[in-house]
Amino acid sequence: MTASHAPVPVSPEEARIAGKPRLRRFQQASWDEKLIFELGSPGERGVLVPAADPSLGMPAIPAALRRSDPPALPEMSQQQVLRHYLRLSQENLGADLNIDVGQGTCTMKYSPKVNDQFVRDPRIAALHPLQDEDTVQGVLGIIHGLEQLLKEISGMDRVSLQPGAGSAAIYTNVAMIRAYFAARGELDQRDEVITTIFSHPSNAACAKTAGFKVITLHPDADGYPDIEALRAAVGPRTAALLITNPEDTGIYNPRIEEFVRIVHEAGGLCSYDQANANGVLGITRARDAGFDLCHFNLHKTFSTPHACGGPAAGACAVTEELAPYLPRPTVELDPETGTYRLDDDRPGSVGKMRPFYGVVPNLVRAYAWIMSLGAEGLRAAAETAVLNNNYLLHKVRQIPGVSVPYAAGRPRVEQVRYSWEKLHQDTGLHSEDIGLRAADFGTHYWTSHHPYVVPEPMTLEPTESYTRADLDEYAAILAEIAREAYEDPETVRTAPHRSTIHRVRPEALDDPAVWAVSWRAYRRKVLGEAGR
Amino acid sequence: MTSPQDSVHTYTHPYIPNAVPAVRQAMLEEIGAASVEDFYADIPDGIRLHRPLDLPEPLRSEAELTRHMEALLGRNTSTRQALSFLGSGCYQHHVPAVVDEVVNRSEFLTAYAGEPYEDHGRFQALWEYQSMMAELLDVEIVNVPVYDGFQASGTALRMAGRITGRRRLLVATAIDADKLSRIRDYVRPDHDVTVVPVDPATGRADLEAVREALAAGDTAAVYADTPSALGIVDEALPLLADLAHEAGALYVVGCNPLTLGVLAPPSAYGADIACGDIQPLGLHQSFGGANAGFIATRDEERLVAEYPSRLFGLVPTSVEGEYGFGDVAYERTSFALREEGKEWVGTAAALHGIGAGVYLALMGPQGMREIGETILALTAYARGCLAEVPGIEVPYGDALHFADFTVRYTGGRTAAEIRAELKERGIFGGTPTGTHEAAFCVTEVHTRSDIDRLAATLKEIVK
Repeated sequence: MTASHAPVPVSPEEARIAGKPRLRRFQQASWDEKLIFELGSPGERGVLVPAADPSLGMPAIPAALRRSDPPALPEMSQQQVLRHYLRLSQENLGADLNIDVGQGTCTMKYSPKVNDQFVRDPRIAALHPLQDEDTVQGVLGIIHGLEQLLKEISGMDRVSLQPGAGSAAIYTNVAMIRAYFAARGELDQRDEVITTIFSHPSNAACAKTAGFKVITLHPDADGYPDIEALRAAVGPRTAALLITNPEDTGIYNPRIEEFVRIVHEAGGLCSYDQANANGVLGITRARDAGFDLCHFNLHKTFSTPHACGGPAAGACAVTEELAPYLPRPTVELDPETGTYRLDDDRPGSVGKMRPFYGVVPNLVRAYAWIMSLGAEGLRAAAETAVLNNNYLLHKVRQIPGVSVPYAAGRPRVEQVRYSWEKLHQDTGLHSEDIGLRAADFGTHYWTSHHPYVVPEPMTLEPTESYTRADLDEYAAILAEIAREAYEDPETVRTAPHRSTIHRVRPEALDDPAVWAVSWRAYRRKVLGEAGR
Repeated sequence: MTSPQDSVHTYTHPYIPNAVPAVRQAMLEEIGAASVEDFYADIPDGIRLHRPLDLPEPLRSEAELTRHMEALLGRNTSTRQALSFLGSGCYQHHVPAVVDEVVNRSEFLTAYAGEPYEDHGRFQALWEYQSMMAELLDVEIVNVPVYDGFQASGTALRMAGRITGRRRLLVATAIDADKLSRIRDYVRPDHDVTVVPVDPATGRADLEAVREALAAGDTAAVYADTPSALGIVDEALPLLADLAHEAGALYVVGCNPLTLGVLAPPSAYGADIACGDIQPLGLHQSFGGANAGFIATRDEERLVAEYPSRLFGLVPTSVEGEYGFGDVAYERTSFALREEGKEWVGTAAALHGIGAGVYLALMGPQGMREIGETILALTAYARGCLAEVPGIEVPYGDALHFADFTVRYTGGRTAAEIRAELKERGIFGGTPTGTHEAAFCVTEVHTRSDIDRLAATLKEIVK
């Protein structure tokens, strides 16, 4: 070793790396990625497909049914396609990457990686739904097994896993309610469904789609669904109550049994939207409060990934009285042989809710998740989700400008709908501005809470997945943004500063002359390119 | 079984970090709560579950769970282990490795409803999916995927009903019974569905019968599937458009998008709304669990206004040169308007749209043309081979078929018996569609020798 390469003495002081800043420095990937139509060149290929054996010949295609011009799809080599999509993936913030407690009402919990492995196994991925039953006993066993687990978790008698997602499950429950009253000859009379303003919009929308008139209950002064309004609304026209508890405010309605009783006494059915079940697993069940039907979102409570907005999976659970109306087929176990079969001979059934039997990959994931936790694990998940929520509540309520509407002094279950109304009054900034600034700290915060019954809403749902340090960090981010709002509002007003893109100018989204749902629409309407 | 309160503290599950007793205790102390029970104070005792859930003992370790799941998976025989000719709404196509690579990325798989600022990639990928589907379908509007093709058909028909204000819906081609069940349920409050039987000799739409049915008036839509449930690409498709439009009805066509590299998109022969399922575009079979639906129309305000689903649009941002995205006409949705919105929208099947987009980008126009040609040729070859088997008739003569086709067994054995014997010989196929009728399907994954094996095996079985 020559002298010039001799190590330079460094003092311990110089070698010391300073601690991390109090708040994480974050920069979302920004590849300035082109649209896929701007990539590639004619003749490039991303994949080759088996060519037709020329000796087979080609059947004649009637002229009117033959494609005249090839579709103007991109022409790209394989690596360019991969690179484009991997860049886009880096410009996307999955729950695996951030403290995803800001997507309140949606229960962002950890989706275990091992469960994804089961789904990708060809013995799930390469199963055809019309195979003989004896070749699919494993997957039928998983479906049947998940039904048994959800029966116990809900207290109900039968479960269908066919609905494609939570809203599809709400619709399926409404369809069963309709079939139930039709079978009793009461459908003409019972044409009203009652729901609450803090339930998911799909409760109202599914009931309307199924042909019911919708009556919406608003909260009383304490934030509970107004029981007097229920009494006024209920009657011989009532088909059903569709209600969530706890509602999206995180407040548990302690009079839920009374709600159910009032509707039952009027001859209506009660359907429990259990999208917010995560905090009450093993604590209380739909059946225990007297409900006739309930549904779960397997992608929320039972950990299947949210997949950019699906595929999700829904589960409907019903009492024996509603069982004849379940979607067909059902999965039945022959206890003597231990074999499973599909029962399609169900004359009272509402029929098919989707092709085949449900979003099977997510049924596999949910089954594996519950099996890995068991009763004690589910209860630990619920209790920890509620602990985390009240811990975060304790932290957030100390932040200037934020308030916790309704039910003062009462605990919350698995989430809280907060309000930034005071901060808005003080600074002019909106909840949405805070959400956009949160993106600068590597986290996500959702502001779609129509209708804004709670002004400037923010709904946080920490679930059981996040550590105490995560919750401290999230609260610190909100506190920092609130401080900025009062001291340096321009920083918040112009956020995000470290995202892939800057603030979208949304005006064109509502203008038919320029809205552009596709590249060709953009080229024609905005770029003014002739033809297509 | 131990009580949950006791067992919670015997170990900390890897998915639940704050169940660590010391952490839990410290958090309770910081809040000023005595126990987690304090937070459940509003749940009346009468509806509390005063016992542990009666569930199987947990499979605590990943190793135990894997072993349990492996035992279950071992009771399945996949279509990679057998030679499968099953179709009828779920198709065995090759899924390019890059599709799986992309859709299994955590950033896409675990994201949800983020804003364009942290989920820019999701918005762009889904907008590009819409755009590539628009090229394939030769239209300007395609939605973010709905649950499946059944839902897409039901919604497309309700859209037609809202636009025309009429009640009747006519189904003019052979339709899958389960799809019909779904459509009937879905439109029930507002529409009556009439299925006009196809010509039994040709399997094609009976134009006279459709014309007669239309004469009764009040028809919102004529609906056709291509290929039909019989696998037929019907020459009458353009004529049905004329009949529908003469009656003031809309023409709604359900199509398999994988055909469209070769076959004309519905818009080319008069469809006002196209719909269908993107499972063939790079999605695994997954026991029927990977369907996703599309709806496509011209870019007309009256059509756009009736979509219940999300439509992502391309817009500028505050910085020149950036592509921004957002929801087009959000105020039509039930997110915004609850029961006053169009049907409903919620979590549906977005990731399948991203996967299908990757598939279309990989395939390009050449790949889409070639796969369509391969399947058309193999379908014709398979029908020809099976027609030569004594005891098998292949009905509907020279009608163009894509992937799916039906056969009739004339040797006295039932379709169920023949299917069972095929399975014994390692072949899945011949789904009974009647006592002596069965459905088969071929795709690009099949070789000529696979089809020869099917024909030879049937020759042994079909007496």
